[in-house]
Amino acid sequence: MQPAPLSSTAPMFETINVTKAFGAFKALSDVSFSVSDGEFVSIVGPNGAGKTTLVNVVTGLLRPTVGEVRFMGQDIAGIGPVELARRGMSRAFQLVNIFPALTVRETLAVAVASRLRRVGNPFRSLKRDGVLQADVERVAEVLGLRARLETVAATLSQGEKKLLDIASAFALNPSVILLDEPTSGVSSGDKHAIMGVLVTAAKAAGVRAIVQVEHDMDLVERYSHRIVALQEGAVLADMPPDAFFKDPAMISAVVGTRPQTLRKTH
Amino acid sequence: MSTPSIDIPSETAVRRIVPAINGLWVLLGLIAIMALLPMVASPYALMLMLPFIGYSIALLGFNLLFGTTGLLSFGHALFLGVGAYTAAALTSKFGILSFELLLITAALVSGLVSLVIGVLCVRYTRIFFGMLTLAFGMLFHSFLFKFYGITGGDQGMRVLRPLLLGMEWRGGKTAFLTGPFYYYALILFALLGLAMWRITQSPFGLHLRAIRENDGKAAYVGVQIFRMRLIAFVISAVYGGIGGTILAVTTGLADPELAYWTHSGNLVFMAVLGGSGTFAGPAIGALVFVLLQDFVMSVTQYWRFVMGSVLVLLVVFMPQGLSGTVEALINRRKGGQ
Repeated sequence: MQPAPLSSTAPMFETINVTKAFGAFKALSDVSFSVSDGEFVSIVGPNGAGKTTLVNVVTGLLRPTVGEVRFMGQDIAGIGPVELARRGMSRAFQLVNIFPALTVRETLAVAVASRLRRVGNPFRSLKRDGVLQADVERVAEVLGLRARLETVAATLSQGEKKLLDIASAFALNPSVILLDEPTSGVSSGDKHAIMGVLVTAAKAAGVRAIVQVEHDMDLVERYSHRIVALQEGAVLADMPPDAFFKDPAMISAVVGTRPQTLRKTH
Repeated sequence: MSTPSIDIPSETAVRRIVPAINGLWVLLGLIAIMALLPMVASPYALMLMLPFIGYSIALLGFNLLFGTTGLLSFGHALFLGVGAYTAAALTSKFGILSFELLLITAALVSGLVSLVIGVLCVRYTRIFFGMLTLAFGMLFHSFLFKFYGITGGDQGMRVLRPLLLGMEWRGGKTAFLTGPFYYYALILFALLGLAMWRITQSPFGLHLRAIRENDGKAAYVGVQIFRMRLIAFVISAVYGGIGGTILAVTTGLADPELAYWTHSGNLVFMAVLGGSGTFAGPAIGALVFVLLQDFVMSVTQYWRFVMGSVLVLLVVFMPQGLSGTVEALINRRKGGQ
């Protein structure tokens, strides 16, 4: 069962003929794709297909060699992470990326404080800022971290660390979230739980589009509205999941032949 | 398919232990004891307390940079030097004796100098930041040492006795320093301590800690890394300038040694000795350092050797410093039944 897109209007963001070269090596060549309001798009492809480069270009970390990246109608090529967060796009990382010594409450407060612009006055109280703290608790509630507010991040379980990483992306109240393998490194049981929380949280938090890079085809099939498959830096396919998974050539191009060989040996 | 819950509590999850006494109370307690000290202590002991106050103020700033933001400066004595020479120039060259004016000017000048240096230094972290600050410290020391006509070279510059709140003190030097000046410096220490506490407990302070913990991640949650580091650098320099002014008035001399790199090393030593992970730690480090140095110097001429050994033992056996070790002991006692 696939959730229907909420609406399909003008794209929220798009890449137009993006090419990214590192020296002679073209990591991306002529990539165009767009994400509309209400969509959950998965970017798939074998290792080295350019997925992470694409996310880095889309999030303004890398400037494309050729082409344009537009978010809400504006060119965001190479604007950098801080400006990106301010404009309403946030990102969670492939590897667990936390502030080890900060508590869950403090971690979320970092993001909320930057969104509410609370850092201009260095004498302002953090603890007594009711609006900020209420917002921190709201985000923690949505992502199921409420009971962990006072826990030091480094001591959370692996799944909870992932959730915290995603939660701090949510704390920016983004309109678009980019997830680079949001569930890598966690057990397969936790994967579904995290994705479930994420999708529910996105609805509750008013996130208008989610883009994820994901290897787990099970998760891709279950949650995406559309799949963008990359191969050697180029777009191989851009289609809804049912069409994608009906095409064996597609699956073998993206996943490789590994699953079959694995199945044979077991 | 049922979705397993991720609420399985991890066995290692640790709640932040809120210390029964926070750093601000430790600092204010220390200041309260010092306020009563003139009733019992000798003038000699009180004279030792003045450098302690000067260093403690400088270390409050130093630790905002080191403990909170994670930037270790090896050139921080530069700002003590800027404060001291500002006081010297104003009193002996321009005839300005108001201590309030000295403090404000020292704060402004160190703030401006640090803004220029900081723009270059805070683009780098770790050893690169440390080396750059060291280099600037050495540049400033050479300037003080070589430009005899302006700075008095190795002779230094005299710092005349200032007017406190516009009032002139007619008594002797020791009576001035251990009397009105002692209390003035102590109150200043308390006020600057309160201000620094507010800074560390603010969203701004939280952003600094986020930078220390993981600057790559911090940028993605909207932390303006360069700007925050630069502001922390400037605040720490302002505290350094004020600390340097107190040191200079205490000795009556602005000396190039104040800005020498070994003096920067002493600041690092004090912070590590007391524990840079706690708010009051560096002040405790300054106290122990001043007392220990005075004691060891009176016993042996090889005092540097003894102080060096203390530093080695400290890093090996008490990496958290004195206050960090005490806090850990208290927490262990609380945690273990």
